[in-house]
Amino acid sequence: MKYTPLAIAFLVLFFLSCGGDDTIETTSPSDTFNRSAMLVHWADNFILPGYTALETSLNTLSVATEDFVAAPSTISLASARSSWLSAYQAFQTVSMFEIGRAEQLNFRNRFNVYPINTQELDALVSSGSWNLELPSTLDVQGFPAIDYLLHGLGTDEATIAFFTTSNEAENYKVYLTGLVQTMQTLTAQVRSDWSNGFREAYIANTSSSSSGAVDQTVNAFLFYYEKALRAGKVGIPAGVFSGSPLPENVEGLHSQENSKQLLEISLGATQNFFNGTGVSGTNGASLKAYLDALNTVKNGTDLSALINTQFEAAQVEISGLQANFVSQIESDNSKMLQAYDELQRNVILMKVDMLQALSIDINYVDADGD
Amino acid sequence: MQLLNTSYLTKQTKAAPLAVFRILFGFMMLASIIRFWSYGWIHTLYIEPIFAFSFYGFDWLPLLGNYTYLLFVICALAAFCVAIGYKYRIAVILFFLSFTYIELLDKTTYLNHYYFISCLSFLLIFLPANCYYSVDALRSKKIRVNNVPAWTIDSIKLLLCIVYFYAGLAKINSDWLLEAMPLQIWLPSRYDVPLLGNLLQQEWMHYAFSWGGAFYDIAIPFLLLYKPSRSIAFIFVVIFHVLTRVLFPIGMFPYIMIVSTLIFFDASFHERVLSFFSKILKKLRLFKPVKIKKKQQVSKDTIAPYVIGVFMVIQLLLPWRYLAYPGELFWTEEGYRFSWRVMLMEKAGYAQFTIKDTKSGKKFAVNNSDFLTPFQEKQMSTQADFIVQYAHYLGTHFANQGHQNIAVYVESYVALNGRLSKQYINPTVNLLEVDDAFVHKDWILDFNDTIQGL
Repeated sequence: MKYTPLAIAFLVLFFLSCGGDDTIETTSPSDTFNRSAMLVHWADNFILPGYTALETSLNTLSVATEDFVAAPSTISLASARSSWLSAYQAFQTVSMFEIGRAEQLNFRNRFNVYPINTQELDALVSSGSWNLELPSTLDVQGFPAIDYLLHGLGTDEATIAFFTTSNEAENYKVYLTGLVQTMQTLTAQVRSDWSNGFREAYIANTSSSSSGAVDQTVNAFLFYYEKALRAGKVGIPAGVFSGSPLPENVEGLHSQENSKQLLEISLGATQNFFNGTGVSGTNGASLKAYLDALNTVKNGTDLSALINTQFEAAQVEISGLQANFVSQIESDNSKMLQAYDELQRNVILMKVDMLQALSIDINYVDADGD
Repeated sequence: MQLLNTSYLTKQTKAAPLAVFRILFGFMMLASIIRFWSYGWIHTLYIEPIFAFSFYGFDWLPLLGNYTYLLFVICALAAFCVAIGYKYRIAVILFFLSFTYIELLDKTTYLNHYYFISCLSFLLIFLPANCYYSVDALRSKKIRVNNVPAWTIDSIKLLLCIVYFYAGLAKINSDWLLEAMPLQIWLPSRYDVPLLGNLLQQEWMHYAFSWGGAFYDIAIPFLLLYKPSRSIAFIFVVIFHVLTRVLFPIGMFPYIMIVSTLIFFDASFHERVLSFFSKILKKLRLFKPVKIKKKQQVSKDTIAPYVIGVFMVIQLLLPWRYLAYPGELFWTEEGYRFSWRVMLMEKAGYAQFTIKDTKSGKKFAVNNSDFLTPFQEKQMSTQADFIVQYAHYLGTHFANQGHQNIAVYVESYVALNGRLSKQYINPTVNLLEVDDAFVHKDWILDFNDTIQGL
């Protein structure tokens, strides 16, 4: 009897440690924020329709490029170019969701590494053999490679000549259609994965651990905002990371006039995601609502309002830029740098303040804490 | 000193608690190392990084690359030898050295728990923990005794008391008690903990946990020392540490603390534990009973208690060194480590470094992921000594690449315990012109807020 308390203590230890961290309670408390509803909203109104739209626009692009290579003309070229731009725009709204199958496929790098290596691309076309599955070919495929083939070979007449009279015309045709096919295949894999089971697994994965769906999605979102949007689209070409500007690193280099538009779509998509404004305008649970539910007030202002204000400040700065970032950088790079600074401020608000409020870790950190 | 202590130093007590402690400590350490290894952390934390944040004064310590595994092997073997009491003195010295070496490799991984293990194993070097129920005692009649000086067991108790009590004192501050920070942030995010998930959303729970935790840490040493409350206290110990295990990612530490606090129990309890061990060993046909002459250890070892005495005085004083620095401790972290300040802060940061050519005015930003692992970057961005160390590393790196007239600046923002992030390091200071030292870092910007308390 003397050691009864001790025995109780060990029993408690035993039962509680059995509970451990692998049991998950699925019922969401009614008085707290509904993460499950947020995941459903993200899956059904952002991710799935986003990939479906990309799939559709790539199908259109496929038809247009098939038409172009079958009968190269200024008309079919113009049609291929406009389908390319539509698909590129559609891509901007889903690229932030690089989780699950998309992450395994290295989706963003398969679609949008820029600048492409034009010498390498030319050499591959000349050689007549290539394998777009190789990591070494990331910089000769995707939207930027199509951009080069449709806009970067010369005048309309010169471009058409590459696909008609040049010795390698056949290779150019196969390469161009191959690029589009690859992108279709990749998108189909991701979309069908979401349609066939992954959506259910995703919305059920309400765990608070770093493998939970909210953690993963938010990490992918912030990685995209910081690396692909802020650095890739603005910072790197403006020379923030190199000392001198690198205008050849703008997105949509060869078509010249789309850099700003692509950035604006991408930035708008990230803000919509933050606010829970779905692709078709459907509103729902969001990071903003999550912050508001946690009643995150900083210096007397809602954190979500601070973040939205900062999104708008960046948009104002960007709207003053030229459509063609190459000429913007060459004429007045300081405006690019100002846009970068405004984008940067939201990295801090989202990555530091928002993640702290949500208690989400940068999920690739794995170690014990104190 | 001699006069004051003679009677206490010669006081004897049964050796069983010390033996049980040695055995459980050794096996716990062995398990910790195996766990650490199995998670692949040796590679990700000590081999993968291309740059290591050394502790002040330990930058001479060589990094071991793939030989780090060997260090862990040595540490694991030493832990096992400590547990079974085989060549105990050498084993525990090796354990202390190898474990501490691992901790000194990179302060990114600093945890109070690891420091606690280093302290404890240092202490064990001076204790005759192999005189009872050990392979050494089995092999040598000279070592074998029933009783040990009481101070040996008391010193372990004292170290545990210091850890708890100081951890409790550190919680007496306005963020912890009045704002329930950082638990206010951490607890709601554990919505999926069984049974507790809903409760953890309630604000009163955050306060209950904060106050309960502070009270626990301060009171538990006394409740464990006082015999009538000891058993109840141990139940508290178990509940407290299991809760922390369920709520936070703190690895083996809760189990180590639970096992360590058994030292407070009477020898009779530990003898029961040992007879339980004997039963198992008999089944394994490993048990060999030996006669122990009921003699006391003749203490030739007169220096040990004084070494331990000095060590304890250092332990008692070290946590107060922060008083020598101006500014808010949580913000500057000057004098924060080695002071049992556990789970006190939720700190997040972002640091963007710029390399500038002071002559041409040309500058470019650094991509931290080119040099640091995500974990290192996370730790670096909230701690000034990391920031300056990293800045110096960047300076050297880019100088070697041929850049000239280099200055390194940082735009850094830190959010502490739910406050809005604010700029942390003075962005106009060339970090190559300042050093990491024990003097106050006046290039840390003001916190502009006050956290009342110890």
